[in-house]
Amino acid sequence: MATRDEIADAIASLSLFADLSRPQLLGVASRFEEAFFPKDARVLRQGLTGSGFYVILDGEADVVADGLKRATLARGDFFGEVSILLGEPPIADVVATRPLRCIVLGGPDVEPFLIDHPRVLYRMLQTQSRRLRAANERTGQLSE
Amino acid sequence: MSSRSKAADGERPFPPGEYPIVVVGSGPGALQTTYFLSRLGIEHAVISADPEPGGMFRHWPFFQRLLSWTKPYAGPDRHTRAFERWDWNSLLAREPELRGMAVEFMDGTSDFPSRPEMEASLQAFTERAKLPIRHDCTWTGTRHEETADGDRFVLETTDGEYRCRFAIIAVGVAEPYSPTVPGIELAVHYADTRDASTYAGKRLFIIGKQNSGFELATGLLQWAARITLSSPSPARTSIEAGSLMGVRARYVQPFEDSALGGGVDILAASLKEISRTPDGALRIDLNRSDTSMPLTVVADEVIAATGFTCPLVDLPALGVATFGHSKLPAQTDFWESATVPGIYFAGTITQGWAGLKKHGISSYSGAVQGFRYNARILVRHIAERHFGIVLDRPTIAPADLRDYLLAEATSAPELWHQKAYLASVVTLDPEAGIVDEGILPLTTFLDGGAPEAIAVTLEADGTNIFPVIYVRHGGRQEEHVLEPDPLHDYEGGTYRRAVGAILDRVVAGASAA
Repeated sequence: MATRDEIADAIASLSLFADLSRPQLLGVASRFEEAFFPKDARVLRQGLTGSGFYVILDGEADVVADGLKRATLARGDFFGEVSILLGEPPIADVVATRPLRCIVLGGPDVEPFLIDHPRVLYRMLQTQSRRLRAANERTGQLSE
Repeated sequence: MSSRSKAADGERPFPPGEYPIVVVGSGPGALQTTYFLSRLGIEHAVISADPEPGGMFRHWPFFQRLLSWTKPYAGPDRHTRAFERWDWNSLLAREPELRGMAVEFMDGTSDFPSRPEMEASLQAFTERAKLPIRHDCTWTGTRHEETADGDRFVLETTDGEYRCRFAIIAVGVAEPYSPTVPGIELAVHYADTRDASTYAGKRLFIIGKQNSGFELATGLLQWAARITLSSPSPARTSIEAGSLMGVRARYVQPFEDSALGGGVDILAASLKEISRTPDGALRIDLNRSDTSMPLTVVADEVIAATGFTCPLVDLPALGVATFGHSKLPAQTDFWESATVPGIYFAGTITQGWAGLKKHGISSYSGAVQGFRYNARILVRHIAERHFGIVLDRPTIAPADLRDYLLAEATSAPELWHQKAYLASVVTLDPEAGIVDEGILPLTTFLDGGAPEAIAVTLEADGTNIFPVIYVRHGGRQEEHVLEPDPLHDYEGGTYRRAVGAILDRVVAGASAA
């Protein structure tokens, strides 16, 4: 139940938006939309085109691929960007395990947003790098 | 129903008491809901704070011309389902004489009806469809009671208490909202805009760059000395967005005036403070969104075209979760509160269930052409789930299925108005055959129901409009995105071959015709 000011307040402490000034945060708050998903709702759907980019404000969700839970997401985590950047449907579901409050940006709006906000792009790249390193470490462990 | 109520309370229907369902509101969402409830014979009461039906169309848009078109000569007879694609303003009805009623009240000067024409059309629908409403009855509070006979909601009103198993709230998104910045009390809200001539020669600052802000800017171009519009993000037109999410083309003149330096400025900046200057003018301090640098505008008048919120009274205290700028209630895909079962929503509030929003494109649930279908589906859902009423479901011959799905994609008004939100669904029943389930929310199809089923939607990505076939078969779910057609005709040979190939794996003989 947030106004733009409240959304700006809520995202100011998220690492993805940590480098933005107050006016830029307000700009983000007016460009994204807030969305609410009840428990058990599927936010992202494996294999379905046209999905969006989500940043979690509150709540929790599981990443589920082919029926197997792969990760748990919580406040500050984001998802949906990979399929948008690659132009391919998501390879996993994201399912709310508690009532989930997000901000969301439609797929076609993601590229112009990231180009307008290079500091957000940089932070996103950092997170992706951490995810890639963690995945590589898991693969290494599995192969040993 | 109405006769009982009238007998008990003079000329006003629905005296306080117990009803299976209470509908709150008398705008198009409430009218559409009570219409379908009545036609299914489900007893309910309708109460409204307003003195007459019509909802927001009794007052707005301020400049008295709607944003939604009705094209009387589009081709299909106005009394048919096919005409609904071309008519964004009429309510739905089974009776032919109650269909396409917006046409009857339009004077021929525009395909966008005027506000009075829309209001008259809604009032005529109410009378001709014989929809009783208890007007001047204001909902003031809500309680939840557990009784031996099941749970009840108690709606407290200025006329007394209404008890019901289910409440359907259709009160619009009608409460003026202004942001909480220092000096906002020096601005007036869009809802309090004065007669246009009183802005003659004034420097006008409009907070907000949605349709309402540009509606005022367009209407006041000939009156105001200068007009500045500002909000934190850049403005986009519906043409650029390829959807109704942008500013409508009818309000594009301020963009041109801005581009040509004609006395209109369109800013991407956040509002910091409004203050009074020593000479009585208004100083608006802003921060540019791109550089974060300060910017100051001096104006004579400030109007907050910053939207409206849902007047949900005390429902949030009852546990109804809300979200977003408009404080919309969080809903399921059958428009039931996600947190308080038994509280349903109708009308423009149903935009609180966003659906999949594929490619970032919103549903049209915020407008009549979208929520009229939501109301029909909602009533059918309530009827079957809570009142034991089972509606007819016709069957389709296998050889007819392909053409049926493509005809739906080409002509079904529900699919055109609610893209990637509503779907035309058939189930494949081993005994009954191919059963037409009618129009359902796409998410309902995707998340459950019969193990073998097929759905068709129309979808848009901001550039093209195209049909999508969804198949649930053998424990798998598939999405087949079909190519767009420049003439939006999906019944030709290319589509028949493509859909035939999809169906042949699921339905024997589907492409035999």
